[in-house]
Amino acid sequence: MRFVDEFRDQQKARALAADIAALCEPGREYKFMEICGGHTHTIYKHGLEDYLPENVTMVHGPGCPVCVIPMGRVDDAVAIAGEEGVIMTSFGDLMRVPGSKGSFFDANASGSDIRMVYSPLDSLKIARENPGKRVVFMAIGFETTTPSTAMTLLRARGEDLDNFSVFCNHVLVNPAIKAILDSPGMSLDGFVGPGHVTAVIGCEPYQWVARDYAKPIVVSGFEPLDILQSVQMLLLQLKQGRSEVENQYKRAVPWEGNARAQAVIEEVMEPRPTFEWRGLGSIPGSALKLRREFAPFDAELLFHVPGVRVEDPKACQCGEVLKGAIKPWECRVFGTACTPETPIGTCMVSSEGACAAYYNFGRFDRRQLREASRA
Amino acid sequence: MCLGIPGEVIEVGVGRPDLAKVDVSGARRVVNIGLLDEEGVQPGDWVLIHVGFALSKLDEEEARLTLSYLEQVGQAYQDELKALSQSQIE
Ligand code: SF4
Repeated sequence: MRFVDEFRDQQKARALAADIAALCEPGREYKFMEICGGHTHTIYKHGLEDYLPENVTMVHGPGCPVCVIPMGRVDDAVAIAGEEGVIMTSFGDLMRVPGSKGSFFDANASGSDIRMVYSPLDSLKIARENPGKRVVFMAIGFETTTPSTAMTLLRARGEDLDNFSVFCNHVLVNPAIKAILDSPGMSLDGFVGPGHVTAVIGCEPYQWVARDYAKPIVVSGFEPLDILQSVQMLLLQLKQGRSEVENQYKRAVPWEGNARAQAVIEEVMEPRPTFEWRGLGSIPGSALKLRREFAPFDAELLFHVPGVRVEDPKACQCGEVLKGAIKPWECRVFGTACTPETPIGTCMVSSEGACAAYYNFGRFDRRQLREASRA
Repeated sequence: MCLGIPGEVIEVGVGRPDLAKVDVSGARRVVNIGLLDEEGVQPGDWVLIHVGFALSKLDEEEARLTLSYLEQVGQAYQDELKALSQSQIE
């Protein structure tokens, strides 16, 4: 084992690494999926895999909301932005995500007005200041950002704003976990659960993972030590024959989550029958749409959206990366045709995407070096 | 966008009861605290901010830990701070 990167409390990290090694049964392979892109980022940034024994593998999951937006939805948003008098607003992360007819940036270059915002509340302000325009907020994200969109809609309704709407692409973490567990050939031993999603939904909604699939899941913080400790907790559960939901990140995540945030989501949105994820295909009940009471604010109803399903580019293997079936560097175009400057797939666009994280932190070069030195 | 940023609450009720002024790495911004109604938010509290909304309360030690972690994250954190500094929530 090598300890490459410096971070706080090396000693604790080494102690945890030793503990982890001791908990592993010799000859057994362990595969844990970290669901959240924030965790993927930490793992690559700090080379945490170097702290783990060879027989423990971290598999990167689908928890990067930018990465899972399918081409067809980007095309829909670009089509809305192309309509007369529309100002489309979006988080900056989404601006470079490729659709089949280009990204938001490309659409801007050909005359659309697409603006980056930090918060949906900034969109609301743009709407107030531009009464002659129709302002649309491109809402993306897991349960972490969903309550913000819902609160913004309640406020828009309270103010009787008639030129603000939301193109809702909020997705749910549990159906994605289920799709991964049910996908053929997938053998995982447990999950590192998402920290901030859980700050909203709480720990209870994961009970089915432990109960029906007998997989342990440990909700984790984002520091290197948090992730190492979560892996240790997973291994301890396996050793003791338990499969439970545990909370490593008690410092910021109450077991029951944020009840107010849950209630606001419930008031404004409801599950869609099905939703397409980039690379993962259609997953039943995996996304939210606005309830009928919010129809006047629903961009999907106010505008004509093509709603065409578009195949991912042939060269792109984001689906396999998002399911954890392959590592980023195993994609044929990784680092050659597909780089953060010229992304083919979404996993290269967001800094929380597995491919971008892998590329940016030079893990690719290191692995090549290691493999070359073995050969 | 997925990064939660800790901020220290300076003033509660900025124009509206659900808005608060927070100090985020030295910059003062307005964020919405409506999701923390039940807990109640006071000046001096630390909160975790996602896309302009305080999502949970943190103790001071956790907030500092998170900040030091975020500083190491580098570019993504700088981008998030830049986006936040351009935000004008009211
Ligand atoms: S290298 Fe590019 S195309 Fe391949 S999986 Fe990663 S993001 Fe997708």
